[in-house]
Amino acid sequence: MEDRKAGIEVEGLVRDFKKGPRAVDGIDIVVEPGEVYGFLGPNGAGKSTTVLMLTTLLPPTSGAARVAGYDIVREGRQVRAVIGAALQEAALDPFLTGREHLNLQAALHGLPRQERKKRGDELLERVGLQEAADRRVRGYSGGMKRRLDLALALVHRPRILFLDEPTTGLDPQSRSALWSEVSRLARDEGVTVFLTTQYLEEADVLADRVGIIDRGKIVAEDTPEALKADIGRPSVEATPIEPNERSAVARVLVRFGNELPSQPETVAVRLDQGAGDLADVVRALDREDLRVRNLRLEEPSLNDVFLAKTGRSLEGAGDAGHGAEAEGEPEEARA
Amino acid sequence: MSAGTNAQERGPYGGFFSVAGAVAWRQIYKYFTNPAFLSPALFPLFFFVAFAGGLTRVGSVPGFDYAPGYTAFQFVWSLLQAVALGGAFTGFSIAGDFESGFANRLMLAASDRRGILLGYVIASVARATATGALVTVVALLTGMPMSGGVDLFGLIGLAVLVNMAATLFGAGIAMMLRTQQAGPIIRTPIFLVLFLAPVFVPLELLSGWIETVAALNPFTIILTSARGFLAGEPVGVLPAYAVGAGLVVALTLWALFGLRYAERSS
Amino acid sequence: MGSTFSVQMLNLAQRSVVRTLRQPAVVVSSLLFPLMFWGINSNGLDAASRIPGFPADSYLDFSFAFPLIQAALFGAVTAGADLARDIETGFLDRLSLTPMRPAALLAGMLMGVVALGLIQGVVFLAVGLLFGVQIQAGFGGMLLIVLFMMLVALGFGSLGAILALRTGSTEAVESSFPLFFVAIFLSSINLPRDLIQADWFRVIATLNPVSYLVEGIRSLIITGWDGQALAVGFGCALGLILVTLAGAAASMRTRMASS
Repeated sequence: MEDRKAGIEVEGLVRDFKKGPRAVDGIDIVVEPGEVYGFLGPNGAGKSTTVLMLTTLLPPTSGAARVAGYDIVREGRQVRAVIGAALQEAALDPFLTGREHLNLQAALHGLPRQERKKRGDELLERVGLQEAADRRVRGYSGGMKRRLDLALALVHRPRILFLDEPTTGLDPQSRSALWSEVSRLARDEGVTVFLTTQYLEEADVLADRVGIIDRGKIVAEDTPEALKADIGRPSVEATPIEPNERSAVARVLVRFGNELPSQPETVAVRLDQGAGDLADVVRALDREDLRVRNLRLEEPSLNDVFLAKTGRSLEGAGDAGHGAEAEGEPEEARA
Repeated sequence: MSAGTNAQERGPYGGFFSVAGAVAWRQIYKYFTNPAFLSPALFPLFFFVAFAGGLTRVGSVPGFDYAPGYTAFQFVWSLLQAVALGGAFTGFSIAGDFESGFANRLMLAASDRRGILLGYVIASVARATATGALVTVVALLTGMPMSGGVDLFGLIGLAVLVNMAATLFGAGIAMMLRTQQAGPIIRTPIFLVLFLAPVFVPLELLSGWIETVAALNPFTIILTSARGFLAGEPVGVLPAYAVGAGLVVALTLWALFGLRYAERSS
Repeated sequence: MGSTFSVQMLNLAQRSVVRTLRQPAVVVSSLLFPLMFWGINSNGLDAASRIPGFPADSYLDFSFAFPLIQAALFGAVTAGADLARDIETGFLDRLSLTPMRPAALLAGMLMGVVALGLIQGVVFLAVGLLFGVQIQAGFGGMLLIVLFMMLVALGFGSLGAILALRTGSTEAVESSFPLFFVAIFLSSINLPRDLIQADWFRVIATLNPVSYLVEGIRSLIITGWDGQALAVGFGCALGLILVTLAGAAASMRTRMASS
């Protein structure tokens, strides 16, 4: 197979379902090789449908996309050879052990017998499942299943990795562990990662660039910082130790920007120059001998970005029944 | 559920019957608004068609003399099977009610919980009349002769006893286990009791281990007597009714035991 | 770089067999229920052997084909349900992202069904012999019976696969079990066709391919080497396999047609 760049190009991709509005309504995306692209949006926005199309599991209604240079419709087999996917349902066989899953996956990908065992052991260690490797998956926790899912996606060393809401329902520990691994893959192995999520923090932490999707359309796309900066400057919130020093603290802070409504015991100000002013704020307070119990820098969040672009808050914006993309919809469409 | 609050104001018997009425009404409503309520009749009907249709020649085995013919011979078994399975299905229903939490609400609201049991039994009998009628209609359509006259009430009486016994059995199990896993545990013994009996031929024509087992099976007495009623030649009436009533009494105690168990565990 | 078809098929077959064996409840009930039913049926109908013109001395021997067919059916429904579950859980999606050929999945699943059929055949023969069944065709006949079991399992298994691939629902597959059960009964499984009195029943039994499968196996038990019955029986089995296998392959193609 010729060596093509491990990027993703999507042009006017559309997906209709028989019932309901368009799940994906003409999206354009370019993901550079080695990039971590975060696809952020509420439930029903079209994230999973997009991933199903890009992984060749669902044909698009119209539009085109190339994954690693291969057309998703006409060169499906080649696409599948270079991608790995951990999809929303950790689709596993409860009667097989973790190791048996890896062995089967490796065999199907054509790894020679000796290499299968080695690769299996390597991946089990990578995702921290060595102890549970020979237990049946039915006894695995949600976090363990997701980790196995990731390991299975990596068996054949894909150049592009699709992760569909990889940490939904995981405890914070498992979530961090998964984030570390994804970052490592991108950073050390140059794997391109296309990640969908409904968690702001996840997109913020992991993604080089974020595409915000709502009701099948991309409403914003840029680096997390740029998106947030576009919305507004950060604000700083100070809580003086001595409550009667509040007005003094306020007088210092308003030198750096406009005051904002806040709790009675705190002072909040939107910084004119941005986060860089924080050091000056601290120095100014120090010069006036004002001591604060709490000094907080509030960045606008991606939720603020979503709110600005769609008029709705991201958290709670999705509803299971809305639109064409309820969890089961892609399956029904294909049945 | 208003049954509870009203009942608490009446005397002890008022409470018992109004609870029973409320539960029965809810069950009956559930049954008759869902076409699947006739499903207990499906397997019996199928067996009836398969056996009465395919095995008619067995009726000409030397020593087999049942006047109404082989179809009628099978019909009685199918009828009793249908009402017994109706009882089993009620058991599944009770288990489902426990699993969904609805039964807990019933237990909290009811002034006399034994009324809940009676309610389920009443509903089960009501359904059994429908499934029994269905089986009978199908049998009549196949040309089965219906003799017997007044004796048919004897047959119906036995069918009601069988239904009640199966319901109480299922209820006891359902209340002890309180999950859908009660299903196979209710179904299997009932199937065994139904099948380890003179299904294909009368008791006299059985041989081997099944003859012994069938002879000991209380259901056999009921089945034989029921067939007699259909033929218009009642046989073993008193023993059959005694056994039937005895089963109902014993299984009522069993069901009450299950109720106590459920009360203590929730 | 992909794997060869045979590697894929063998690995998937291994998975199929391992999964089944790891569900002892399924294995035991697939062996126990047919035997129980047969015990009750054969004993309860023993009097039938006294019907004038009955082709065997003992109803036990006559009815021995029953558990064999019933068990093959059971295995098929279970395998179909497993495949439907793979579709429901998305495991099929996972597999389809590999270079796996859909035919390999089908072949693997069917190999599992046939393996189970082999085990069932051997166990039932052993139990039957223990209970005094006399196989007129001797040891050769027993081997042929086991082969027959495997072919019937393959045929029914393909039918189960069609259901699974068409509906993608475990519940739908499992609720088809009673229908198969009915198909078995509306045949010459309980009485030879010429002794069926009800005309409509006899017609159905004559049209029902299950009758010929049953009669083929039964001939080895009660008659010995009946060339015609065997030819018809095997012919029917192979015909069933051809039709259902083709159907399963087509259904698999439709299911995977998204790419």
